[in-house]
Amino acid sequence: MRLAERLARSGTAGWLLPAAIIAGWEAASRAGLIPANVLPAPSAVAEAFWRLTLSGELIQNIAVSTARALSGFAIGGAIGFLLGLANGLSRLSRGLTDTTLQMIRNIPHLALIPLVILWFGIDEEAKLFLVALGVFFPIYVNTLLGIQSVDPHLVEMGRVYGMGGRELFFRVILPGALPSIFVGLRYALGIMWLTLIVAETISASSGLGYMAMQAREFLLIDVVVLSILIYALLGKLADSLARLLERLSLGWHPAFQSR
Amino acid sequence: MSVASLTAARSFVPTPSRPVGTVEGRRAFAFKGVGKQFGDKTVLDGIDLDVPAGQFLAVIGKSGCGKSTLLRLLAGLDQPTSGSLSLGAAEEGHSRTRFMFQEPRLLPWASVVRNVEVGLTGIAAGDEARQRAVAMLGEVGLADRAGEWPSVLSGGQKQRVALARALVGQPQILALDEPLGALDALTRIEMQRLLERIWLDQKFTAVLVTHDVAEAVALADRVVVITAGRIALDIDVPVARPRRRGSAELARLEGEILDTLLN
Repeated sequence: MRLAERLARSGTAGWLLPAAIIAGWEAASRAGLIPANVLPAPSAVAEAFWRLTLSGELIQNIAVSTARALSGFAIGGAIGFLLGLANGLSRLSRGLTDTTLQMIRNIPHLALIPLVILWFGIDEEAKLFLVALGVFFPIYVNTLLGIQSVDPHLVEMGRVYGMGGRELFFRVILPGALPSIFVGLRYALGIMWLTLIVAETISASSGLGYMAMQAREFLLIDVVVLSILIYALLGKLADSLARLLERLSLGWHPAFQSR
Repeated sequence: MSVASLTAARSFVPTPSRPVGTVEGRRAFAFKGVGKQFGDKTVLDGIDLDVPAGQFLAVIGKSGCGKSTLLRLLAGLDQPTSGSLSLGAAEEGHSRTRFMFQEPRLLPWASVVRNVEVGLTGIAAGDEARQRAVAMLGEVGLADRAGEWPSVLSGGQKQRVALARALVGQPQILALDEPLGALDALTRIEMQRLLERIWLDQKFTAVLVTHDVAEAVALADRVVVITAGRIALDIDVPVARPRRRGSAELARLEGEILDTLLN
């Protein structure tokens, strides 16, 4: 009982299952249950990892993909955040833009790939555009929702106590919207990787997706699997960072207390 | 407006229970023929009310009688449809009117002391604000909770923080909209005593809206009963402080007020 409890608390519990899966997979591969041309053993993937790390190819591709993901995220996230703020605070702005945005939101952004290739070719802009578009909506929707769900009683209290627009925004409205904004942030990080993988797989001359597609051409299945695992790790890393930020800035929230 | 026209107002009554010297010649606020309509519904109708500075006024009425509206007009949260409302001269270093709501309305993302500092918005900032807020928290008996989040406090403690926030700017008028309504009976009496003690100390004008007649006669210098948007009764509570709850004098007044409310 005590061991189970300590495991649950320490956060290592989450890694038990992946570790068990890898061990089982290795055993099955060694026993010949999984043919190497279907799924290489974890040790083979680790070897590929080492080979590509030594050649510098892996680090470079990760750097290229991360830079693309983050710059697309910064552009789409910033626009989404600002529009969410504007539409949450101003009825006029919401009236003007919200209907249009809701219509665009219903188009799956990956459906735009053919159009995007026609517009931008397979250059960096195409990937930036797709990531930014994918990230925009979760951030926009949740920022808007967060501001609209701020307790109007608190806003009235702030006014009665003489807060001006600026103070009201920074002391009441923004902190009140923050939990919802974080939901949008974490959701957007997921979409960021998804979009980038698809965009890099379809058209790229560098990056993790390109590395995976090249490996497929040469039947290097270990490299394909490696790329997929790295995507998983990068996604997890981004999510953990967002959670950390969330814990740091939402210490007041009952859900984040006494843990 | 001259002093003569003030004293001529129908409902002006000097308060015998407090020393006259502190209120003479000063008026906290006056309603003259104030009416308020929402659409075609008349909530307040021809309210005349003249309140000298430093008075503790209780406003009683059934729910929906317009007593909260009266308070919102006083605090400037709403504007009267007819009539006029005049406030006494502003004093330096004091905020004008502070409002205490039915709910504590604390900012959950700000520590207790930061919440009290909200009451100093535009009055003081930085170290000065912090010191005044901490001192005020001491007044309400929560000095040791300054650094905590509001979510860990009990309902009564939250209302005490709200009281500290309302009073830290040393308001001339404190408007209280049934702030003790949601508290249990014992916490409620504790809060009433705290409120009375701080009022005696700081000498602000208090306007307490309540539906609890016992609370009104225990705390107030003067009780106004509102029914159907009009003042139905306006009486003094000439009982010396400290008052003993359940005394014959208070019970007689309570009976008189209840008769007006329930007739």
